[in-house]
Amino acid sequence: MSHVLLEKTDHLSDTIYKYQKGKHVMATPSNLVLRSDIDFEAGKRETILGIWDEQIEGHKVNVKYMAEAKAIRGTGDPIPGSVQQIVSRARDGTKNVTELQRHAPPYAIELTSGEVVMAENVVLAIGTQGNPNLMRCPGADLPHVQYQLDDPTEYVDEHIIIVGTGDAGIENARGLAEDPAQRNTVSILNRGTEFPTAKDANVKALMADHEAGKLTIRTESETKSIEPGFITLATRDGELRIPCDRIIARIGSAPPRAFVEGCGIEFSSEDRSAFPKLSPVFESTAPGIFVIGALAGYPLIKHCMNQGHDVIEFIGGNTSLKPADEPIIAAKFAGLPGNRSTEEWLEFLRANVSILNGMNPLQMREFMLDSEARFYGPGEVIFERNAPGSSLFGIASGSVAVEVNPADPSITIPIEAGSIFGEVGLISGRRRGATIRAAEDTVVVEISRLAALKLQSQVPSAKKAIERISIERQLLQMFGSGLKREDVAPLVEAAQVQEKRAGEVIVQEGADDKDVYIVRRGSMIVEKQIGDRPVFLSYLPAGSYFGEMAAIDGSARTASVKAAIKSEVIRLPGEGFLALLDSNPALREKAMRDMANRRATTAFIESRKDEFAGAVDLYSQTAQFLVDNGIGEATDVLLIDEKLCIGCDNCEKACADSHDGLSRLDREAGKTYAHLHVPTSCRHCEHPHCMADCPPNAIKRGPDGEVFIDDTCIGCGNCQRNCPYGVIRMDAKPPKKPSLLEWMLLGKGPGPGEASYAWRKKAAEKEGGQKAKQAIKCDMCSGIDGGPACVRACPTGAAIRVSPDKFLTFTKLAEETQ
Amino acid sequence: MAGKAQAGGAKSRFKQDEKRRDSDHVSFLKHRGFRWLWIALGLSLATIAGYLLIDQQPRPNGGTWYGYTLGTIGFGLIIWLSLLGVRKRRITTGAWSLKAWTSAHVYLGLSLVVIGTLHTGFQIGWNVHTLAYVLMLLVIATGIYGVIVYATLPQSLSANRKAMTRAQMLDALTAIDRQLESAAQPLARAEADLVIAALGQDVFGGGALARLTGSYPDCATARACTGISRGSEAETRVVALLEKRSEQLAQIRGALRIRAALEVWLFVHIPLTIALIAALTAHVISVFYYW
Ligand SMILES: Cc1cc2nc3c(=O)[nH]c(=O)nc-3n(C[C@H](O)[C@H](O)[C@H](O)COP(=O)(O)OP(=O)(O)OC[C@H]3O[C@@H](n4cnc5c(N)ncnc54)[C@H](O)[C@@H]3O)c2cc1C
Ligand code: HEM
Ligand code: SF4
Ligand code: SF4
Repeated sequence: MSHVLLEKTDHLSDTIYKYQKGKHVMATPSNLVLRSDIDFEAGKRETILGIWDEQIEGHKVNVKYMAEAKAIRGTGDPIPGSVQQIVSRARDGTKNVTELQRHAPPYAIELTSGEVVMAENVVLAIGTQGNPNLMRCPGADLPHVQYQLDDPTEYVDEHIIIVGTGDAGIENARGLAEDPAQRNTVSILNRGTEFPTAKDANVKALMADHEAGKLTIRTESETKSIEPGFITLATRDGELRIPCDRIIARIGSAPPRAFVEGCGIEFSSEDRSAFPKLSPVFESTAPGIFVIGALAGYPLIKHCMNQGHDVIEFIGGNTSLKPADEPIIAAKFAGLPGNRSTEEWLEFLRANVSILNGMNPLQMREFMLDSEARFYGPGEVIFERNAPGSSLFGIASGSVAVEVNPADPSITIPIEAGSIFGEVGLISGRRRGATIRAAEDTVVVEISRLAALKLQSQVPSAKKAIERISIERQLLQMFGSGLKREDVAPLVEAAQVQEKRAGEVIVQEGADDKDVYIVRRGSMIVEKQIGDRPVFLSYLPAGSYFGEMAAIDGSARTASVKAAIKSEVIRLPGEGFLALLDSNPALREKAMRDMANRRATTAFIESRKDEFAGAVDLYSQTAQFLVDNGIGEATDVLLIDEKLCIGCDNCEKACADSHDGLSRLDREAGKTYAHLHVPTSCRHCEHPHCMADCPPNAIKRGPDGEVFIDDTCIGCGNCQRNCPYGVIRMDAKPPKKPSLLEWMLLGKGPGPGEASYAWRKKAAEKEGGQKAKQAIKCDMCSGIDGGPACVRACPTGAAIRVSPDKFLTFTKLAEETQ
Repeated sequence: MAGKAQAGGAKSRFKQDEKRRDSDHVSFLKHRGFRWLWIALGLSLATIAGYLLIDQQPRPNGGTWYGYTLGTIGFGLIIWLSLLGVRKRRITTGAWSLKAWTSAHVYLGLSLVVIGTLHTGFQIGWNVHTLAYVLMLLVIATGIYGVIVYATLPQSLSANRKAMTRAQMLDALTAIDRQLESAAQPLARAEADLVIAALGQDVFGGGALARLTGSYPDCATARACTGISRGSEAETRVVALLEKRSEQLAQIRGALRIRAALEVWLFVHIPLTIALIAALTAHVISVFYYW
């Protein structure tokens, strides 16, 4: 086949080339066979790149290096009716739509050098890295301006300026200033005075380095011009020319989307995380342009390589090729009755589950990789009340029964084939609200949270359907007591889902609006102005409602409600809510009871405020402190009462000893307020940030609600960067230590707790080298009878693990512990 | 897979976890409404009552049947109390908590004063039996000190560290030192030597006594602070930095002092425990040997 491989750098596979030196590259998923003619198995970065270079040469691949594609245009006739709408969004949020008429192949690929390459078919495999944003001031093209830093120890005795205060810039600056022996003079430029795009932990460390004189933060400074040896800055106090031998610009990178859209390739939605629309053979909406690899939504190397193989087969005319993941998907249907082929099963699910109707066969395959199909006999439990779970279920055939009343399992509500259930867990991240059983022979598809999110971004109608059903169910579940779908239908119609930023006020004390809200995801804080200060009244987790008092008794708002974290609320018009109460005496009674309880809490705290102003302030501020430190989104979090902690670190030791010899908690690190300390340890967030971008989907929620990382982790470090609380560490599993008895009697080994780095390294070398570094974090002692070891091992009772809805109350926070 | 596993697994720990999340957030002393205090008090009162009511012949001592009973209880308790050191380090599965163990340890340990004393029948002499008794009292005395520091010092430890880790405190000191090094360049020889001496001094030096009392009479930083006049601009800057260094040192030393006070007694409590077990073994063997 006549071909050319265009590569913009001077080496192949730039993403892998940029991995840290010596990184152990993993070949997940292990059950997927490799089809490519080029070899790939887990191993060191250098080895893999070496093999590829060799084999690419051996296979006589025609590679053209330093050839960056800038634009791809069809040179044939305009394709009738094939017009691409490109939406670009400016910083201020305004949208701009341009139209692009697609032209038929052959394609002209224009390179940045000006050269043009002609091709009948184009395979885009450019990954998702994109291009770093470039500096634009005069002198920005000088050779000492760079956009990456591979090895900070490489530079000595230099004046170095870092531009950009995101995480990358901060990490680079700190790396260069870390070792005083390098004698670098490091400054980092910040356009403003805040660090909105960086992680809190990074900002703090940077500030500390600045205060310690290791480096300089220059706020309100921008580069004006660059010349060899010097840089001129525009600062608040005028221009400043300072010595500078090297500039490292980390001002973000532009995703390749604009370039890709410009080629005539449509994306599945405007969502930033959306991927190009593709046919089952990876062909995009531009005929003859194919998209594979990370850009197509498959970030694992093995997938990338297999698709490279398959796409060339397709282009070459092999239409009977089955996808490489065929056996994996076939295995998912193996246990089901009905003797259908994989294709028939996929079609069966697509056609019968209404939210899947809008998917194409390739999407169905990809969808199925993250989902499971299951069969349940009549009466079999699908999930139980209070089990954790964030997956969504679709009923392909049969039906299920929901046990709405935990006290009486015989009261059930049916859900019929075609519909979905489990959506509350999906949206709120909270535990299952009711036990669900199969009512007859039933086939369901369990859609992982990830697949469900993808589905919603790909198929807008599915998103709408899920939203509608979830509102209806939430109403039914919350108000319980014999409500039927017809009863809440008008309210569902009028309901509105609204997103709220952390800290955004939804109900303002004293205002006279009358809407009622339901917390759909996230959580809320209720505050009341008492005297001159806001006092914390209570914490509302997802699934609770608020604002009903004003609707019921027509009074002004008696307290303010604001979002503790980024949240979603369902807004219901007050009249609609009242109408529902009027037609439902039982519900009315329940609402009145809830209201009386809330009034009592307020009254209690108010009465306290008169007698014990200090205690109430302390309580209020402690609650706010905890919310600021992520407790608002936590499900289970470790706290240390420093009135009791003797600093023995037995909690850390116990953690290491019950988890492969590495501690997942740093007791000392973290913030403290009024002797309550939030150590650096996983909060098991309702919607874990760490899960957002894990190539092998190794981060999951376990049966006890714990967020854990399984063995398929490839050590890419994405989760570590994404966790806002800095609780994930990357480390190699050390060899086993000698037993406690040997240590006590014979002094063998490093003793209880995490062994020193030196010991681990030496012991690992004896066993033939360190294992690969993987992400490790607290797993809440999953599978360990007795529960979290940190709490059990604390001699004084200082270490406790709590959940916000139980702990953020006056009684708990004002408790006398000593 | 997850679905069915969930259904089965969910029950396993949910109740246990919910109870924990609703946790009784109180110290080991208050654990379960002073449960072990009441048990220990009951045990002590019962043994006292027994001592008073039971007619021991020829006279109350370790040799009567009641004496043997008390001795056995005491011996058992001491062995069990010693096992706390193992419990603390063996992180096995199961619903135990070290807090409950410590609570029981403290109160049952105190009850040994009563049980042990009654066991002697108030017969004291220069022999291995009395040695064991005295060692036991010493272990208990150190234990009481331990409880007092556990109850009072953590607050000051917390206040002193101001949410800084030990590593951060040392980093802050290193940073000041680096600034001092360059700031001291213009100083005259004698003054520069004072700064060099301050920088050269080991933070962790000063010996055990200094660490426990927090007083460092030989502190070179303090000497440099007073030894350098504030004449020139350079000198003023150096003195200011030295004062900052003193403050940082004070925080580190404060942490060292409090932690030392929290730990020092264990260096007596544990060796004495070992000595006690040795003496106790000798005591038991001799009793049976000379029976
Ligand atoms: C730190 C880290 C660790 C990882 N570890 C693993 C692991 O252990 N195992 C695993 O399976 N996955 C791992 N991944 C994921 C994996 O590396 C990527 O998803 C994968 O390399 C994507 O392959 P690709 O071919 O789609 O794109 P890329 O590997 O990004 O290749 C794209 C190539 O196209 C070139 N290019 C881009 N634009 C143009 C243009 N306009 N013109 C010409 N050439 C262009 C680039 O220079 C590059 O060489 C890791 C990712 C990271 C960031
Ligand atoms: C004869 C009686 C006693 C014996 C043999 C004994 C023995 C021990 C041992 C072996 C330890 C373990 C130390 C370690 O490994 O870190 C310990 C710890 C401790 N003991 Fe005792 N002890 C006795 C009485 C007491 C009494 C009466 C008190 C208190 C009033 C007490 C308070 C403590 C405390 C607070 C600890 C520390 C717990 C911890 O930090 O984990 N002990 N004791
Ligand atoms: S085990 Fe308890 S007392 Fe010891 S360091 Fe941890 S929290 Fe503090
Ligand atoms: S690792 Fe971080 S983001 Fe993930 S659950 Fe824990 S605290 Fe939340």
